[in-house]
Amino acid sequence: MKRIALLGMPNTGKSTLFNRMTGGAARVGNWPGITVELLSGKILLGSDMVEIIDLPGIYDMHGFSDDEQVVRHFLHDNVPDLALVILNATQIERQISLLLQLKQLDMNLVVLLNMADEAKRFGISIDSKKMSELLDMPIFLLSAKYGTGYPEALQAIGKALRYPTPSMAEQLRSQLEQDGHIESEMARVLKHTVQIPARLSDNLTEKLDRVMLHPWLGLPIFFAVMYLLFQGIFLFGQPLQTGVNDLFGWLRGAAVAPLLASLPAALQGLLLDGVYNGVATVAAFVPIIILFFLFMAMVEDSGYLSRAAFLMDALMARLGLDGRGFVMMLMGFGCNVPALMGTRVMRSRAMRLLTMLVIPFSLCSARLQVFVFITAALFSPKAAPVVLFSLYLFSFAAAILTALLFKGRFKNNEPFVLELPPYRFPTARQMALRGWLEVRHFLRRATKFIIAGVVLVWLLTHLPPSAAPASSDTLAGMIGSWLHPLFAPVGINEQLTIALIFGFVAKEIVIGALAVIYGLSGAALSGALGQQLDWVQAYSFMLFTLIYTPCLATVATLRSESKQLGFTALSIAWSLVLAWLVSFAFYQGARALGY
Amino acid sequence: MTLPDLHPGEIATIVAVHTEEPLHQRLLAMGFRSGKQIELIRKASFSGPLQVRIGTTDILLRRSEAAKIKVCKA
Ligand SMILES: Nc1nc2c(ncn2[C@@H]2O[C@H](COP(=O)(O)OP(=O)(O)OP(=O)(O)O)[C@@H](O)[C@H]2O)c(=O)[nH]1
Repeated sequence: MKRIALLGMPNTGKSTLFNRMTGGAARVGNWPGITVELLSGKILLGSDMVEIIDLPGIYDMHGFSDDEQVVRHFLHDNVPDLALVILNATQIERQISLLLQLKQLDMNLVVLLNMADEAKRFGISIDSKKMSELLDMPIFLLSAKYGTGYPEALQAIGKALRYPTPSMAEQLRSQLEQDGHIESEMARVLKHTVQIPARLSDNLTEKLDRVMLHPWLGLPIFFAVMYLLFQGIFLFGQPLQTGVNDLFGWLRGAAVAPLLASLPAALQGLLLDGVYNGVATVAAFVPIIILFFLFMAMVEDSGYLSRAAFLMDALMARLGLDGRGFVMMLMGFGCNVPALMGTRVMRSRAMRLLTMLVIPFSLCSARLQVFVFITAALFSPKAAPVVLFSLYLFSFAAAILTALLFKGRFKNNEPFVLELPPYRFPTARQMALRGWLEVRHFLRRATKFIIAGVVLVWLLTHLPPSAAPASSDTLAGMIGSWLHPLFAPVGINEQLTIALIFGFVAKEIVIGALAVIYGLSGAALSGALGQQLDWVQAYSFMLFTLIYTPCLATVATLRSESKQLGFTALSIAWSLVLAWLVSFAFYQGARALGY
Repeated sequence: MTLPDLHPGEIATIVAVHTEEPLHQRLLAMGFRSGKQIELIRKASFSGPLQVRIGTTDILLRRSEAAKIKVCKA
């Protein structure tokens, strides 16, 4: 099968084009370095199947960061039949350097000048025909986001694929040693083909930045925006979640229970109180997940993350991190795993490890589910969003404390240089795609962990058969009382302890586990929790849930990204210790104050 | 003079870039070439990074890195 590789600088729209070509679901974001892994898809082009590979962005072929090496090794080991070079048309005057480097490698190239819509809006005109003649390769202007120019480009791609694949020169690097003449070549091509107005007419970005990056207002605006976002998620999401929960409850009584009525009682219990209750409780969070990621997609695609890096870099520098580390923490609010992988853009290993040590404290969407449920159960509707926001503050505080404590061990002097893209707004299609991606991710995790998890919890709380369900004579009760000395000082009871143990696998299980342990779901579970716990215990439980190891997937990613077992162990051990200490300090402190 | 000496809104020409090799490569790819015009857009508070503009690209960089870039005012 023929193979096409997408090459280009970061944030030029490679993933957007990949999605358009393959109908695939690569993650798109207005941030240089969203793609750090190879992603491939197959399409029918003409009458042949071809494989398309989305590569991480590279600034030049000499690059030293991990993601740039991924690309170099890839090109070295599997010469693509065709390389699609994607350049940002609005930045053609500098991005053409990468093209000239690639040209030296004697590959089959088709060049796509992307973001034609922005170039037009900014008043930049490019004579792609002339450029094509000067450089002797096919060059097309297009917009991957809106699709203009795409059919022509696709035709040219099909044609170029018919040429024989060149054999890649042995030594990629030595080929590239002589970059000397690139500069004069750049000037020659640009002079004849590109016209850039003296002042770019991107007034919108200028105006917005004047406010968003204001020396004194910038940071307060940032926190206000965050606060409003989380408020919004809670205000819209919580009623939706309750609604879906009620729906599942109704369905149980109306259809599922009668359907299973003929089964033996124990099996009925397992299926209804175990699987159905557990899974329904977790599934009720789907609307919140969608809502949350629609917000995330908007923020990521807007280009505001780079602005956040600008605002926070001064603080992050004092923590031994940089503005990008802060953005990774924000991305971690969605899911810690891609955020950890995103650290590949960092070149200094020490800084990368330090960033990976703090990311797991980011309050991810799975933990958000736990907190939405518990705050709604234990706090008044007025107080709940504030409580939720306080947990985000604790999330930052844990990260800051960790960085301060460990920055000596991970000393680095990584330079901080980052592009600031213009503001962009996602299309409805992009948002829908992102929402769907996240739901799929959630459902995959659900089928993998959550069902197995809730079945296991049900067994633990119902075995041995002689014991009364969920009593202290069951396996769960025994484990709980065995761990009691450890968790009593932080105010976490035996039922919650069991939920925490399963939360190690994935936080989505926590609420499902509680549903099974209490044999209740939805509003009934909230009621039971509200009766059994006071707010101090509940908050202590949430702090522990926030800080200790996020999930197995995160642990696995820490291991594979750091390639160090010791580091992974340090991360797990430290988060457990910190979780216990923080919960202890909070619980005992609050009790001492008389709450 | 070096890049951090500029005030917001001032335009200068890059004279030389004195950084170690890996960063030099990255800066070249971002458009930092001697002879190019560079505009300082703004400086972050608390001695945070600078925002500069070269041609059509906006770039953030720390003052420590910016201090390695020699410029002369137009
Ligand atoms: N206006 C406009 N924006 C586009 C176009 N193509 C992509 N974008 C936007 O550019 C940003 C970057 O797109 P991606 O597809 O994530 O870029 P990438 O090259 O894969 O980026 P990395 O993963 O960082 O290498 C996103 O905000 C896209 O929505 C286009 O043709 N026009």
